[in-house]
Amino acid sequence: MVRAFVRHRGKVVALPRRDVDTDQIIPKQFLKAVDRTGFASGLFFDWRADPNFELNRPAAQGATILVTGPNFGCGSSREHAVWALAEYGFRAIIAPSFADIFTANCYRNGVLPVQLTATDVEILTRRAEAPLAGSTYEVVVDLEKLVVSDDDGFSAPFRADPYGRELLLSGLDEIGRTLLEEPRIAAYERAHA
Amino acid sequence: MTRTLFDRVWDAHVVQELADGIALLYVDLHLIHEVTSPQAFEGLRRAKRTVRRPERTLATVDHNVPTGERSLPIADPIAARQLDALGANAREFGIALFDLASPEQGIVHVIGPELGATQPGMVIVCGDSHTSTHGAFGAFALGIGTSEVEHVLATQCIVLSKPKNLEARITGRRGPGVTAKDLILALIGRIGTAGASGHVIEYTGDAIRGLSMEERMTVCNMSIEAGARAGMIAPDDVTFAYLEGRPRAPSGAAWDSAVERWRTFRSDPGARYDTQVQLDASRIGPQVTWGTTPGMVADITARIPDPGQLPTEHERQAARRALEYMGLEPGTALEGIPIDRVFLGSCTNARIEDLRAAASVVRGRHVASRVRAMVVPGSQRVKVQAEREGLDRVFREAGFEWRNAGCSMCLGMNADVLGAGERCAATSNRNFEGRQGRGGRTHLMSPVMAAAAAIEGRLVDVRAW
Repeated sequence: MVRAFVRHRGKVVALPRRDVDTDQIIPKQFLKAVDRTGFASGLFFDWRADPNFELNRPAAQGATILVTGPNFGCGSSREHAVWALAEYGFRAIIAPSFADIFTANCYRNGVLPVQLTATDVEILTRRAEAPLAGSTYEVVVDLEKLVVSDDDGFSAPFRADPYGRELLLSGLDEIGRTLLEEPRIAAYERAHA
Repeated sequence: MTRTLFDRVWDAHVVQELADGIALLYVDLHLIHEVTSPQAFEGLRRAKRTVRRPERTLATVDHNVPTGERSLPIADPIAARQLDALGANAREFGIALFDLASPEQGIVHVIGPELGATQPGMVIVCGDSHTSTHGAFGAFALGIGTSEVEHVLATQCIVLSKPKNLEARITGRRGPGVTAKDLILALIGRIGTAGASGHVIEYTGDAIRGLSMEERMTVCNMSIEAGARAGMIAPDDVTFAYLEGRPRAPSGAAWDSAVERWRTFRSDPGARYDTQVQLDASRIGPQVTWGTTPGMVADITARIPDPGQLPTEHERQAARRALEYMGLEPGTALEGIPIDRVFLGSCTNARIEDLRAAASVVRGRHVASRVRAMVVPGSQRVKVQAEREGLDRVFREAGFEWRNAGCSMCLGMNADVLGAGERCAATSNRNFEGRQGRGGRTHLMSPVMAAAAAIEGRLVDVRAW
């Protein structure tokens, strides 16, 4: 079952880097598990050794939305990257572009990849890096309406893969859904035997 | 309406159109390995489901396997548990497994073609991004995540949004010392690491037609490094000659009808591509990466670029970060950068032709005293063939370690890793931060360039040899 995603309001942390690859998101030593859990401590493991790393800053604690640079999630197909992001608490990633396999993995784990223009990502990054004194910067990601917005008047539409959107909105069991089409699969196999 | 090679393979596998551009596609061949499959099998068991077509599924161990002595027990208990899990899952669900004891064990993208399991016009998936390798045969082959692995196990199908078509036309005659690896690195340098996102690349042009099957696999292998969903090359007589007589290829009358069908998998003259790029092979020199993405690449005769000269702030920052990580200064000549390690291996460049080419460079010479160099054949079959040709002796006498097959130091899941600050000339596919070991510094290049670097102890232009 996919964890459903309809609308989420959450704190934003910015990681303004391009080409963040899945080797960075979850390094190889964490891939030896045979379970789907226990990956949060490995998230950005090498980078988190640096106390100044964006996610280590006090203001970043409790963030559920990551705003980052283009081509996020490139490289290895390891779904462990999304498992780590989800387990750490991220529900949505906002970037100018994403790698294709990473996007597919997000949709199957209740994490929403939101593609905004580079300009809009820039605005969100600036606001996340300098929140108003005494407050945290939050945005609302609405998958039903396909809009990202904040309390300061920011509002930007985004597009989502219709299939991925359906998976997330309904939180359905993808395999169960495909198995409803079993007669068609069997017919294809007979025709191509 | 004209169709591309990819359109044809896609159309032939649609089980059901789910929405505009989204389809349930049938999967002809599902390759699995120990690292991305255990959670998928666990999911099946929990839901009381089974593997729909075990005979269309092939398993091997490659990612975390030790490449040293095979008779010893595996030192890493967690890795051993993953290998045991794959063995148990293969037995439980009736899937053929090439394990450490098998003479056919090897990197999944090396053994699929070697066994003749990879064939033109197929849809092939595997929980590994370098599945794009199999596109060299005119298959639509793509990497998937573990949830999708579970979906394919249970349904033999995958749900996909149809990617766009990108033609990469590579023409002209390659100069001496310029290999398939240089063509693909130069292409990635040109279009960038996200240059082909959302697309399937079809490689065309006389420079591609002139490649051997193994060279075509090197090109398609790194399609993912340009962000592509897959890379493909239309099958031709070179493809058929490679496949004929392989254990899982059709034989007899079935072979003839298969070839006839395979010939239809090509793009129509005038077929429409969403994006087109052209590259002149005669203008490409041996390529070496200088940064932490495969797109940070230059001709060996070049100098390390000045990040300040790059067009966007993101790129300037990325290049600065990369140079800091790599311990390099702008303006430094690539040629002459001293190295500590050499890795000849991976699904990109560890087939027999790669080993022959590298051996021709090292024959009668010796690895520089400061360098530790290793050869990790792509499969046990490649290893045996190399030993039959005496290549192992050439490498050993030159001071290389001669290993058993696996992914090894390409991703460093086993004991083969770089130490912090160590600089490596590698024939693999990713120079990401920490990829080959935390703090390790990777320069990607062709097998002949890596071999020459091993001898000299620094990056050199193999054309000067």
